[in-house]
Amino acid sequence: MADTPWWASEDVWRKWAIWVTAIMAVVLIFLTFDSVATITAGSKRVPGYDVINKRIYYTYNAERNMQEPVIGGDAPLFGKALSPQEAEDLVTLGKLTVQAKNCMNCHTLLGNGAYYAPDLTKAWLDPAWGAESVREQLMVSFLMDPTANARTYGTGRRMPQLGITEDEARGVVAFLKWMSSIDTNGFPKGFTPIRQEDAS
Amino acid sequence: MNVAAFNSANLNSGQKVAVKYFAVAMILFLAQCLFGLLAGLQFIMPDFLYNILDFNVNRMVHINAMVVWMLYGFIGSVYWLVEEESGTELVGAKLANLNFWILTIAVAIVVVVYLFVQTGPGTKETLWLINEGREYIEAPRWADIGIVVCVLIFFYNVAATFMKGKWSGISGVLVLDLVALAGLYLAGMFYTTNISVDQYWWWWVIHLWVEATWEVLVGCIMAWGLMKTLGARRKIVTTWLYIEVALMFGSGILGLGHHYFWIGTPEYWLSIGGFFSALEPIPLVAMVVHAVYDSGRHNFRNSNHPALAWLIAHAFGNFFGAGVWGFMHTLPQINLYTHGTQWSASHGHLAFFGAYATIIIAMIYIAVQKWRGDVWMSADLPDNGWKWKWSLGLLNLGVVGMTVALLISGYEQSFVERALGGSTWAAYFSAQATPWFMQGMHWRMLFGVMTMIGVVLLLWDLVTIGKGETRPAIDPTIAAATA
Repeated sequence: MADTPWWASEDVWRKWAIWVTAIMAVVLIFLTFDSVATITAGSKRVPGYDVINKRIYYTYNAERNMQEPVIGGDAPLFGKALSPQEAEDLVTLGKLTVQAKNCMNCHTLLGNGAYYAPDLTKAWLDPAWGAESVREQLMVSFLMDPTANARTYGTGRRMPQLGITEDEARGVVAFLKWMSSIDTNGFPKGFTPIRQEDAS
Repeated sequence: MNVAAFNSANLNSGQKVAVKYFAVAMILFLAQCLFGLLAGLQFIMPDFLYNILDFNVNRMVHINAMVVWMLYGFIGSVYWLVEEESGTELVGAKLANLNFWILTIAVAIVVVVYLFVQTGPGTKETLWLINEGREYIEAPRWADIGIVVCVLIFFYNVAATFMKGKWSGISGVLVLDLVALAGLYLAGMFYTTNISVDQYWWWWVIHLWVEATWEVLVGCIMAWGLMKTLGARRKIVTTWLYIEVALMFGSGILGLGHHYFWIGTPEYWLSIGGFFSALEPIPLVAMVVHAVYDSGRHNFRNSNHPALAWLIAHAFGNFFGAGVWGFMHTLPQINLYTHGTQWSASHGHLAFFGAYATIIIAMIYIAVQKWRGDVWMSADLPDNGWKWKWSLGLLNLGVVGMTVALLISGYEQSFVERALGGSTWAAYFSAQATPWFMQGMHWRMLFGVMTMIGVVLLLWDLVTIGKGETRPAIDPTIAAATA
């Protein structure tokens, strides 16, 4: 149409579409380089896998107005300090098991997944395990036989039998302990961690 | 001319492939709803199929059937329009046919393995052969590779056909969008132990598909569909398409940041993700204005009433489901309470249905019309067209009902679990057990059944509408000229 104003013309909007898309894509790529470097295992926000040798607990940071994980002294998982490679292997077994057993289609991890079962982000720190001293074994027993060890809190929902072996269960516990050390900007909101027996 | 039955002689070679994709898409739509009902029932009856067909399996099939039927719907839609839009024959019709069968057999194998093998040991072999265990893209790695190969063949067929024939604004956007859509899938095809890195790239696939490239793809289909049903002018729909692309990618690419609030990524994503994702509804408003304005401009005189009704349903469904429901919990100040609750389920149901199911159904009505011999599908259909009207009503009401029910449960969950309970497992379960949460689950089930009835009616209508019709279709361009 001859009377189409310039700002409504097809040609102008084609150029806008191209330039806006290109600029946004470049900004995203730039931010991705920065973000991926920030979340590499071993960084401040995402600790290395050998953090499973340490005590992990939660404190409120008034400056950030959110809770954040704090890495404490030695507290080796299952009583055995692991080398960085051994720790990574154990967490890897756990992560593979979490994927292979399709955990994410009942639970959420970092808040992503399904909503039939509770979030696993801070499962390691959850008060449901009673006391820090017994939780490792309780978690392994639960994962290996969730039917017999079911606690449904009045909902009737039980985790299914997934044929998780003892090694896999230990891997999953290692993965959950490592995941609880990730700085998630205060998610989940106002999380109340397990009673800290000797917080230091 | 035999107008009483589907007659492939009415179709060009691209359209002959398209109707196969549409047929499988509709079967998978039915499967999606069936497994959704099973999963929904398990919230109410937790022992139902326990240790036989558990929630995680039903839910996986529910969402995977959805992703795959929508991809089938998109591929079918593109094959449907490629010859008309390019003005030439599809370059590889036999290849397209072979591709369809390979992809469909692969999908069938994946579903059988999901249902009967379900899970495997914690090894990489399980991720390669059974299930990758990552929401929405659970397909095992062998299937990932097969999907990429099939999509590349599809892409070659479409791009080469346009190169042989003529290009248009719609086809240019479409082909570039398909490059991005196919390329992004690669971002999800690797294993890493680091859950933060895992989810960072996982969102590249999920978000940049459903909140960017899929939206632009349906923008192309909408532009073509409005020309087809209303006789809208190409210059108008193409200009709108460019506006939508600029606004969609302008907001949606960095809107990705609203998934990076809580996965370990830096705090700057709280600002970037919050700001850009808050802008994401704007292009969806533009699409509503576009569709409604064009329809009104043509006095709603159109060649295909069910298709236009579903296109309008798409415009509003996309705006409310993806736009409004997304906006409601996209700011980090709110999302901290709502992320990972039934809020997301509420948003997901209305968004996927409103943005994508609707427009694919519109395309299938356009396909059925031509398959029948370009017959009349405007006013005064036999039986007053009750089947398409009732299925439209039941499906939209059913999904909106589920959305509202899940939202009420989501409110309850975020209040009780997050705001009051301290986000522990005990808080989670106490929220799940509250009567108001459970009422939401019961209402969701009721509206789910309504949706299912709508699907069955839709399928019945799709195989019967136009049967025995002898009146020719309205030519929308003539209708437009006289409007």
